[in-house]
Amino acid sequence: MSANSSLRNRFERGLSAPICLTWELTYACNLACTHCLSSSGRRDPNELSTHEAKSLIDEIASMQIFYINVGGGEPMIRRDFFELIEHAVAQKVGVKFSTNGTRIDRAAARRLAGIDYLDVQISIDGADAATSDRLRGAGSYDAARRAMDHLKNANFGPFKISVVMTRESIEQLDDFEGLASMYGAQLRLTRLRPSGRAVEQWDKLHPTLRQNRDLYQWLLARPTVLTGDSFFHLSALGESLEGLNLCGAGRVVCLIDPVGDVYACPFVIHEEFRAGNVRVAGFSDVWTKSELFRSLRGPGNPGACGSCGSYDACRGGCMAAKFFTGLELTDPDPECVFGHGETALAAKRVVLRPTSSPDHSRRIPVSLSAR
Amino acid sequence: MLAEPSITFDPAAAWRVNTQVSLRDEAFGAMAYHHGTRRLVFLKSPELVELVRSLERYESAHQAIDAVVASSQHDRYKTALSSLATSEIICER
Repeated sequence: MSANSSLRNRFERGLSAPICLTWELTYACNLACTHCLSSSGRRDPNELSTHEAKSLIDEIASMQIFYINVGGGEPMIRRDFFELIEHAVAQKVGVKFSTNGTRIDRAAARRLAGIDYLDVQISIDGADAATSDRLRGAGSYDAARRAMDHLKNANFGPFKISVVMTRESIEQLDDFEGLASMYGAQLRLTRLRPSGRAVEQWDKLHPTLRQNRDLYQWLLARPTVLTGDSFFHLSALGESLEGLNLCGAGRVVCLIDPVGDVYACPFVIHEEFRAGNVRVAGFSDVWTKSELFRSLRGPGNPGACGSCGSYDACRGGCMAAKFFTGLELTDPDPECVFGHGETALAAKRVVLRPTSSPDHSRRIPVSLSAR
Repeated sequence: MLAEPSITFDPAAAWRVNTQVSLRDEAFGAMAYHHGTRRLVFLKSPELVELVRSLERYESAHQAIDAVVASSQHDRYKTALSSLATSEIICER
């Protein structure tokens, strides 16, 4: 996927429907990852019913949205999980879903392998159990590896191994590449955002400038590694990385949460970025009429970045990363490759970090074996 | 890694939109998504979209181009079709 700059300008003014629609099916999760961007754990009693979810899928199909990114929480916890994804693919709406893998046993792997237009992403946060489990909880790495084994044995085909780049995992890039190749899987690396529970973890977990530079070079040399377009802030280092290289929030990207609330992107589950709810007049109505989305599609204000020669390459970076680190949206990205974000943060007398507004974290930690 | 299938674009042949492909109109032209390869391709002008949709009505891509595209643009649109053939958005019928 690539786009020239005139096309990018068009995208920034919005499209008839999103390219990349993420739908978190449930806030329920059997893990409690320390950096969960949706602060998941407990199911919300107000989550969309099976009937409502199917109606939403019908609307997505009628808007000609080619595929949906399904997540959570852990989406496979929903009892109607297979019913919903089969309803989607039957209408040629492709499904790409993210899972921690704990619910993929031999039978589930076989069933998944039989569905067309389906991609599975298994999340790990380290190339070994010790590193991954530090963020995702004891036993989670082995569970993910068992899921990968089941998918391989069921001849699912090339599933994806999805890793968030933290200060620790970013040191294991070659190991992840080796693991993916061992399974015939595709590697997908995405940027850590200070969203949800990761607000608290950001300072400790986000990669250093040196690590981000190394990652940029590593990715440039490997254009087939998937990134969900999430490292466009690093394109300021020179040649653009693969992808659209823009903040797609409300323009080509958005998120529907388990209760039907629509947010500008998966990393801003916060009332300030809530555009509406699909239960009121449907998703299309929110996408086309929301005032928030209309303002995001207006001419952007480059703010402090306007005078930087690299603004055209990085577009000032990620809105969510700025917002949750206490920066203004017109400030540079906190991980600006020239250090302008750090300077902007240091210049603030008081840094107020917003917290994720809907918090579904479990109050008492539960061990994996007891779930 | 397997090599990409080498598809040569023969403008004298009859073509159509691949059945695995969905087209969605946008102000700039259209987006084409191949459900098999999971590739998203941008058709960057409404004329190209019209040409692609018209392919199945003509006995050859040449005829479609003659009918839909201004003669000064023929080479440009032939190149565009060739690239859509390579990405399997269109296929011979």
